[in-house]
Amino acid sequence: MSSSARRLPAAALAFALVVGAAVPASAAETADEAAQLAKSAPTVAARSDRVEHYGYGTVPSAQQIAGWSIAVLPDGRGLPPGSGTVDHGADVYAQQCAACHGTFGEGEGRFPKLVSDSKLTGDQPTKTVGNYWPYATTLWDYINRAMPFPAPHSLSADDVYAITAYVLNLANIVPENFVADRESLPKVKMPNRHGFILLDPRPDTADKECMAHCRTPDEVKITSTAEGKDLTPRTAGPLDEMQSP
Amino acid sequence: MELGRRAAGMLLPARDQEATRIVAPNRRSLFKGGLAALGGAMLAPLLARSAQADAASGEFPPGDPDWSQSVGPGVVDRPYGRPSQFVKDVIRRNVPWLTATKESSVSFTPLQHQDGIITANGLFFERYHAGRPTVDPARHRLLIHGMVDRPLLLTMADIRRFPSVSRIHFIECPANGGMEWRAAQLNSLQFTHGMVSCAEWTGVRLSTLLDEVGIKKNARWVLAEGADGAHMDRSLPLEKCLDDCLVVYGQNGEALRPEQGFPLRLIVPGWQGNVNVKWLRRLEIGDQPWFTREETAQYTELMPDGKARAFTWLIYAKSVITFPCPEMPVKGAGVYEIRGFAWSGRGRITHVDVSFDGGINWTRARLQEPVLPKALTRFTAEWRWDGKPALLQSRAVDETGYVQPTIAELRKIRGVNGIYNNNSVQTWQVKADGSVFDVELG
Ligand code: HEC
Repeated sequence: MSSSARRLPAAALAFALVVGAAVPASAAETADEAAQLAKSAPTVAARSDRVEHYGYGTVPSAQQIAGWSIAVLPDGRGLPPGSGTVDHGADVYAQQCAACHGTFGEGEGRFPKLVSDSKLTGDQPTKTVGNYWPYATTLWDYINRAMPFPAPHSLSADDVYAITAYVLNLANIVPENFVADRESLPKVKMPNRHGFILLDPRPDTADKECMAHCRTPDEVKITSTAEGKDLTPRTAGPLDEMQSP
Repeated sequence: MELGRRAAGMLLPARDQEATRIVAPNRRSLFKGGLAALGGAMLAPLLARSAQADAASGEFPPGDPDWSQSVGPGVVDRPYGRPSQFVKDVIRRNVPWLTATKESSVSFTPLQHQDGIITANGLFFERYHAGRPTVDPARHRLLIHGMVDRPLLLTMADIRRFPSVSRIHFIECPANGGMEWRAAQLNSLQFTHGMVSCAEWTGVRLSTLLDEVGIKKNARWVLAEGADGAHMDRSLPLEKCLDDCLVVYGQNGEALRPEQGFPLRLIVPGWQGNVNVKWLRRLEIGDQPWFTREETAQYTELMPDGKARAFTWLIYAKSVITFPCPEMPVKGAGVYEIRGFAWSGRGRITHVDVSFDGGINWTRARLQEPVLPKALTRFTAEWRWDGKPALLQSRAVDETGYVQPTIAELRKIRGVNGIYNNNSVQTWQVKADGSVFDVELG
């Protein structure tokens, strides 16, 4: 069969190459990439001209908007004032995060690992902040909005900066004296910054609608079966509590 | 006499304890009325005869079962109804070893028991990232802001005033079948395919709300964010938002279930479940995607070369046979109706073919109405089983002409580390004894 590359639409391939090229991260580049990506999202012309208004609801105050505007962009827009050191981050992390993610980000039990030097190829790669995430801003954003898991969105901006610095340091991405703030985080070069293909290359398969003699009987071989694997919780009776497969 | 017979029936020991409990007070109240005139002597022979019939045969017909000789609980006994106690096994189920906690986890719809395209609200699959929040609708707000002319804060009452639409759409988690990339692993339809469900959604077109706030010229993207602890957020192209997205409060004729985002969720028809943000509280209009954790660290597909596909939102055509399946084996040679579901995020299913021999020969299945775009579609086909081992498959084709691929074909291109978007043809191995197993073919 033909290689996967030959099946990708040309535009997607070209774009994948642009994203994949090993050039340094910069705000300009991010903007470039976003412009490319926006092609998958053209606007509908003059949409806002043609509208009647219902007039329901109220106009939110600036303060109301600010309170809920927690999303951070790769260029740093949305990051609040404040800062944090790796050292301080180590303290807060030990109290708030280590129980689940391990003191060094190695992950307790099935809780996510935060750092790993696993390659992203080969058998069962481990994807973590350190080796997979493309933007440090996303780390700040996620810790701020969703962690610590039992009490999401409860940390101060300074503490989130500090923990972000600590996790980035654990992953050997920033030095011990790194100070995270709204200026420094967007500039952090994440190892897998260029690891993503942003335009969906599907359809990437070309199965045919064959109706008869589509394969020979010899070709029909069972290569794996779930029978006897003991991975399946029961599907009748009360809920299954099976823990380890 | 008619009345007497029924009264006697009510005195019979009910099998169902609940019925006994509920019947007892009714009996008392009936006796207060005309029935009190009937003497105990008259009732006794009736009692004996019915009990005899019951005990003697234990089967009906010819006897009358106790539920036919009694009066059941009255109206509003269950002001909010629930399934018969005899279908108690038909429940969402989880795979406990899959995730660290139940609060960041998934449960699966029992598709093997779904008898139509609509998933019962209590069986719709769950996916949480910070558990199921309890949101007070009176205090819930939707904030729309960013690159707009007029930012807006809406209450649920405000949202319900806008022109409303109802649409039937499936939602599928792109990790549905994710455990099957390497090999057949879970011997169950519920666990291999149960992260898809389908409902009728009622709410406001997102375009109506975006028109209301006025989108600025350079806007390209919309961030949708939830009110749960995860503050779940995803970037969506503005074009899709203006096309067919809905902000819904209704699910199959009632308020959204808490599991599905009560009081408000986004519906992004045909796109991966995660972007259908639940407990929706904020829409920010912008010029770039935010590259949130759920669209970088998660919901991205690692390819064999170590690169990862991101923003693969669309659900491509997929189908699965729901009878027979591992949970629903067959019993002996004979004629069976093969049943299943097909769906595509890119429009309508145009046809489904089924194979009984592992994909050598195929037969066209019948599609059952209604056949709706981006909705579960039911298919059936007749199968004359000779009692010999068989390999059952279904293959969907949608209106783009796209043909559902085999797992072998998918693996050739995407390897086995992708986790998401496994829309491959499912193979059920039927053994001579009628038992059914999840297998993969080379
Ligand atoms: C009670 C356990 C627990 C604690 C404490 C906790 N987390 Fe988490 N964390 C989780 C779980 C569970 C997830 C996965 C959530 C999901 O995917 O829905 C997670 C996910 C993450 C992720 C994303 C990992 C990935 O690769 O996608 C990061 C980063 C993270 N946590 C950081 C932190 C930080 C920093 C703290 C401390 C402030 C913290 N966590 C505290 C349980 C915990």
